[in-house]
Amino acid sequence: MKKIEAIIKPFKLEEVKDALHDVGVEGMTVSEVKGFGRQKGHTEIYRGSEYTVDFLPKIKIEVVLPDAKIPDAVGAIIKAAKTGKIGDGKIFVTKIDEVIRIRTEEHGEAAV
Amino acid sequence: MKVFSKLLSILALTLALAAGVHAEDATNTVAAAASTNAAPAGPVADPLGYPPGLNAGNEQDLQWPVPAKTLENLAMTNAPAQLYAKPTMDELIQNVAHNKVSINVMWTLITGFLVMFMQAGFALVETGLCRAKSASHVMATNFMIYALGMLGFYVCGFGLMFGGYYQGPVAIGWEPTLGQGLQLLNKEFSINIAGHACGLFGYTGFFLGNSVLDTAVFTLFLFQMVFMDTTATIPTGAMAERWNFGNFVIYGFWVGALPYAIFGNWVWGGGWLAQLGYNFGLGHGHVDFAGSSVVHMCGGMLSIAGAAVIGPRLGKYGPDGKPRPIPGHNIVYVILGTFILAFGWFGFNPGSTLAGTDNHISIVAVNTMLASATGALATYVVMMVKFGKPDPSMLCNGMLAGLVAITAPCAFVSSMGACIIGAVAGVLVVFSVFFVEGTMKLDDPVGAISVHGVNGAWGVLSLGLFSNGSYGAGWNGVHKLLKDGVVKIIINDGPSSVAEYNKLTGSGWADQGVTGLFGTLFGAGYNDASQFIAQCVGTLTCAVFVISVGFVWFKLSNIIIPIRSKREDEIGGLDLPEMGVEAYPDYQLTDKSSPPVH
Repeated sequence: MKKIEAIIKPFKLEEVKDALHDVGVEGMTVSEVKGFGRQKGHTEIYRGSEYTVDFLPKIKIEVVLPDAKIPDAVGAIIKAAKTGKIGDGKIFVTKIDEVIRIRTEEHGEAAV
Repeated sequence: MKVFSKLLSILALTLALAAGVHAEDATNTVAAAASTNAAPAGPVADPLGYPPGLNAGNEQDLQWPVPAKTLENLAMTNAPAQLYAKPTMDELIQNVAHNKVSINVMWTLITGFLVMFMQAGFALVETGLCRAKSASHVMATNFMIYALGMLGFYVCGFGLMFGGYYQGPVAIGWEPTLGQGLQLLNKEFSINIAGHACGLFGYTGFFLGNSVLDTAVFTLFLFQMVFMDTTATIPTGAMAERWNFGNFVIYGFWVGALPYAIFGNWVWGGGWLAQLGYNFGLGHGHVDFAGSSVVHMCGGMLSIAGAAVIGPRLGKYGPDGKPRPIPGHNIVYVILGTFILAFGWFGFNPGSTLAGTDNHISIVAVNTMLASATGALATYVVMMVKFGKPDPSMLCNGMLAGLVAITAPCAFVSSMGACIIGAVAGVLVVFSVFFVEGTMKLDDPVGAISVHGVNGAWGVLSLGLFSNGSYGAGWNGVHKLLKDGVVKIIINDGPSSVAEYNKLTGSGWADQGVTGLFGTLFGAGYNDASQFIAQCVGTLTCAVFVISVGFVWFKLSNIIIPIRSKREDEIGGLDLPEMGVEAYPDYQLTDKSSPPVH
């Protein structure tokens, strides 16, 4: 099992969700997050004084899948979230040791 | 017999209506039975004998509330018809006069209600421009100032300000618009300077006691109370997010009771600034139609004193001494509040005639809206040229700056003059915000000093520059008569001046309204430099007096209750530690707009 964490532009959420659905992903967790990368935000002026907007709003999607489904899902996210411009986001894939469904206490891939 | 039949038909109509209401109530047999006897369904003929909506009034209507005829045993509803005789001329005069005063009272009250609603505007503007973590605190200061200031004004503010209202200098032929009851306000304490009595404060009307129990006085109280509250609430913006609530509470009471009332007496209560023309030949004295100096500059000067004593918010200035922006948390509130203020200003300025029968209110209202528009537009242009983005918080400041500036001159200038005044205000406010923050190092989160202080001063000065003589003849007891380029001044100080005035006006001398230094550019018959000097004296007095007493007060009150909130409370937000409730408990506040505290 692996977990995909994808940081994407907020307005791309619907497209990414639909794309993941199309490759058979049945559930996901979404959070509103803020952050910055190499661009370091940008400057604005409020009442005559400059300030930096460091943290730009992003959406983080978390999906846990069996290993076999990972390439399809990653491909779907890239295809849906890409605009080709700075700030499209990143995808992290990590190993997951254990998954437990609380209601039934199933373990492993049956719980995903 | 005729009256009796009328009553009978009214009764039937009432029963029919009652029957309609209760028709489904099977237990209400009485009503059901009555419905069978009542008039048939459908529109019922008017029991008075004429179609509904066509009652424009007849002699019967002259009986109340002030009877034209004081016949004994005249009951309202069942007097014999023949008692309503045609009114005599005297009775008509009495009724017309009553109507005139009633219209003035109604106008003054309604515009007063509009000004009261400006408190909501102030609350929204100030809270929106502050951070979410103190929103409940900022709202609460704007809320409680209404109650605190009002009571201070009730206890002694009104008496000090208007106790000598009727003794102030007035035009020949002037009568109090709200009724002769204003004659009760006739006690002014004056000192003698160079042979002239100069009013300092009034001393009747405290607690609105029985000595001033009159509708005219109460109307004036309501209207002036809400004006005072405008002044009182201005410093809550300049000192927001760090003002210990306990210290604020005693301030609220003090501001309505003393400083505003004293300066207000000098300008509006017939005091020495109003008497500058009467006593010393300076124009019409210090003229301020609706309060650029009395209300706004006063609030702005208190803001300077308060912001200086309380110090900037933590983190506002970096270690290098440069100001750091702390963006407001809700621009939607700011713009909504600005609109509410602009709406309330239609009470503020046109209401200051204290007379709905003075049709000049239309000119005042139009000048007011024009200046607000040019103020906002001028700010937009300056911001775009300087920064490339307009910044809605500055646009709002720009519109308010235009409104503040036009408040004093709104009745005395042409529409073009109003546009210029508003535009200058819109430019001034931008540079003033930068100056106050960058050079004076005063942390004013909402721009109160720039909007109200600086543009209040600009407003009264602009009156001395652009007034075009179309309004305010005899203002503050000074008549300026013009004929063939010669100006004669007549001071209203007794019967001889009235005779002289009548003689001159009868022989082609024209009574001039308030005129400024550049009056002829806007259609005046002459230019009056002395008016501008009077405006300068008033402006200077406001700055020196109000900043001084404000500074002393904030320093002294700081000894009783600390003026500054606790450091840790301010960093975490004042809502929980001082108010006990957060403004937005359901939201996780990131406080991302707060700069680091050193």
